[in-house]
Amino acid sequence: MTELALAVFASETGTHLIRPPASARWSAHLRSFDQAAYEQRLARDGFRFVARSSPFFPGLLRAVHDPPPGLFVRGDVDLELLSRPGVAIVGTRACSGYGAAAARALARDVARAGLIVVSGLARGVDAEAHRGALEAGTPTVAVLGCGIDRDYPAAHAELARRVAETGLIVSEYAPGVEPAPWRFPARNRIVAGLAAATVVVEARERSGALITADLALEEGREVFAVPGEITSALSAGTNALLKIGASPLTCADDILSCFGIEPASVVRIDSALLELLPASADELVRRTGRTAADIARELVELELAGAAAVYDGVYRATG
Amino acid sequence: MLARAITHALVGLEPRRVEVEADVYENGLPAFVIVGLPDRACAEARQRVRSGIQSAELKFPGGRVTVNLAPAGLRKEGSGYDLPIALAVLAASRQLPHAELDRHAAVGELALDGRLRRVGGVLAVAEGARRMGIERLLCPTESAAEAALTGIVALPFRHLADAVAYLRGELEPDEIAPPRYAERVAPPDLADVRGHERARRVLEIAAAGGHNLLLGGPPGTGKTMLARRLPGILPALDAQAALEVTRIHSVAGLLSHDQPLVEIPPFRAPHHSASTAAVVGGGPGIRPGEASLAHRGVLLLDELAEFPRPTLEALRQPLEDGFVCIARAAGRAIFPARFQLVATMNLCPCGARGDASAECSCSAQRLAAYRDKLSRALLDRFDLVIAVPRPRADELAAGPGEASEAVAERVSSARELLAVAPLRRTAEADDLLTRAVDRLPLSGRGRARVARVSRTIAALAGAEDVRPEHLGEALAYRAPQELAA
Repeated sequence: MTELALAVFASETGTHLIRPPASARWSAHLRSFDQAAYEQRLARDGFRFVARSSPFFPGLLRAVHDPPPGLFVRGDVDLELLSRPGVAIVGTRACSGYGAAAARALARDVARAGLIVVSGLARGVDAEAHRGALEAGTPTVAVLGCGIDRDYPAAHAELARRVAETGLIVSEYAPGVEPAPWRFPARNRIVAGLAAATVVVEARERSGALITADLALEEGREVFAVPGEITSALSAGTNALLKIGASPLTCADDILSCFGIEPASVVRIDSALLELLPASADELVRRTGRTAADIARELVELELAGAAAVYDGVYRATG
Repeated sequence: MLARAITHALVGLEPRRVEVEADVYENGLPAFVIVGLPDRACAEARQRVRSGIQSAELKFPGGRVTVNLAPAGLRKEGSGYDLPIALAVLAASRQLPHAELDRHAAVGELALDGRLRRVGGVLAVAEGARRMGIERLLCPTESAAEAALTGIVALPFRHLADAVAYLRGELEPDEIAPPRYAERVAPPDLADVRGHERARRVLEIAAAGGHNLLLGGPPGTGKTMLARRLPGILPALDAQAALEVTRIHSVAGLLSHDQPLVEIPPFRAPHHSASTAAVVGGGPGIRPGEASLAHRGVLLLDELAEFPRPTLEALRQPLEDGFVCIARAAGRAIFPARFQLVATMNLCPCGARGDASAECSCSAQRLAAYRDKLSRALLDRFDLVIAVPRPRADELAAGPGEASEAVAERVSSARELLAVAPLRRTAEADDLLTRAVDRLPLSGRGRARVARVSRTIAALAGAEDVRPEHLGEALAYRAPQELAA
């Protein structure tokens, strides 16, 4: 098995390799590479490596045109998780409250239906997608664009820990690899490759999330886009996707039906406030004539029930 | 001939006894020297004292005059030593009875025409004198009411000549004129606020529980306007607190002649260009900073994210302990700083976040850098965090809201309730809190904050225990995760 050697070589030389190159440097590396010792070190640090030839390597990812030589894995869950039907939920890092609420609610609902949420652990939509899946109490898969031992962005170290508790964090890069701009599009191909369907929640016109969508389309996977306001720059990318034929996504059921999953009957929460969302607390006070204290209480009830979420002071329905 | 007058130097707020010794050597070459580590203002007393004595139609002694400020190792700052120096020089030149001078402490600045001017820190000097068993303080008329707060017999004088005449037994000192309580400028009233139902409610809770409050939101929505209305609904200071605040304001030279005792909670709003020393205290002379000047009152940090991070981090310790401890080469000082922190900030650098009619143009990096300015540790000190939305036009046209006076009444009755006994959570409220910790998610500190706020809300409602509805409302004002991320 030279795949581990190849993955380490690619990481060390900062190259994008999927097949052994014909170079003297590679031969030298291969000769000096002590696979057993390296695996031992990986295991000691709590990582695993799943080679492309391994039966545990997800079939969908093997089917893309440039699959990585293997994946480094963090987390103790069975590797079979990677092969379960998954949905990639991606989008811009500087998302609006609308995008954040939509990403979290969608992730939560598809996760509840038994699908695995795959995303990139980045700020914004990615993080919300992971959080939504965690909220549903299901495992989720995060794909890093840096070495498997890194938490990038550092602010998401805690989120990464929670993801790895019940799910898996994967990367094609060996421990020690720094995050670099060119590695993120490469990471996106793994996000798209692991999932049978890709959902773009919010994306500017030239967003990395659109790269993920393009890669998914190239591989013939289903691509969904969440429609946004036509005047919002944050939705320019998703609206453009819709124009060229991506399926519009307005609720989790749109994805579930594509996987042939019967949408579960959701317990609808009966609240007059939900009808008035999105709105700020002050607007709700004015429109209902109730006190601020009273409205605050009910909004928290809705939040706890998962029917509403607040971003930047605006409450939105997520039911 | 040798003579001695007594005054006090301040190290921070602590008075230290200083003996002003004067030695007049009639046969020496004419000179006037002040030793004992005077600062510039104190060393310049030479010119003021010489002119002041002559203007009082007394004789400045010929020959060599040496003044020593003992202990010589303690730095003496400011112009408050003028009066004791002049008195010591006069006693040393046999123009005053020594015995009388020993029974008095003295403080005050001299004008060139011999009049006495007020200085800062008279309250602390008077306290120091009392502690030393000295019952009488000679001071400028304008400072007498301030000194009298300590219970000392403050003897007000307008002119050096009067003070000398009194010590010679030729003049009875004036009565202390009762301070002319000037009409207070009323703090801004909540009645001016239109809409902003949630912010009004949160201000009331903050006032009742003394909670730190963070107002987020787009620019121009009224965050600062709301924050400035908090002092107006706070209860007046009790006697003990008023004296603490007055002491600090006295040292900082902020007391007005009309109002020697600070009875209403102070409100301080330093600009974000303020240095760390200006905010927490320090400087070469170790002076109280804005945090201490806001002791028992409100410290408003407008545009929180524009403050330099070291300044914000320096505030964490006083927020936790209620005092600032400043150590410098010149010494160490402790200033009380138990203030209520109110801060405002935009939700992103461009300011559009949280505004339905504008679109945020911040990149992910800028947004992250902006929010990184607030450490988790600092954010954790805010019990109440809300976003202030932009009010709609119809709302601005609406009538005035509830006036501060009505809110202040509810606040003070809630405070009384909270002071009696801590309210307990019912079992149902405990359940809700546990559920919230898992669902929202809430950190350990966040849980404690919500619990604290829920007690205040229950007290405002006049309830006997903390019920789920109180806790539920408290949860709505927790720090949102997008700020914490």
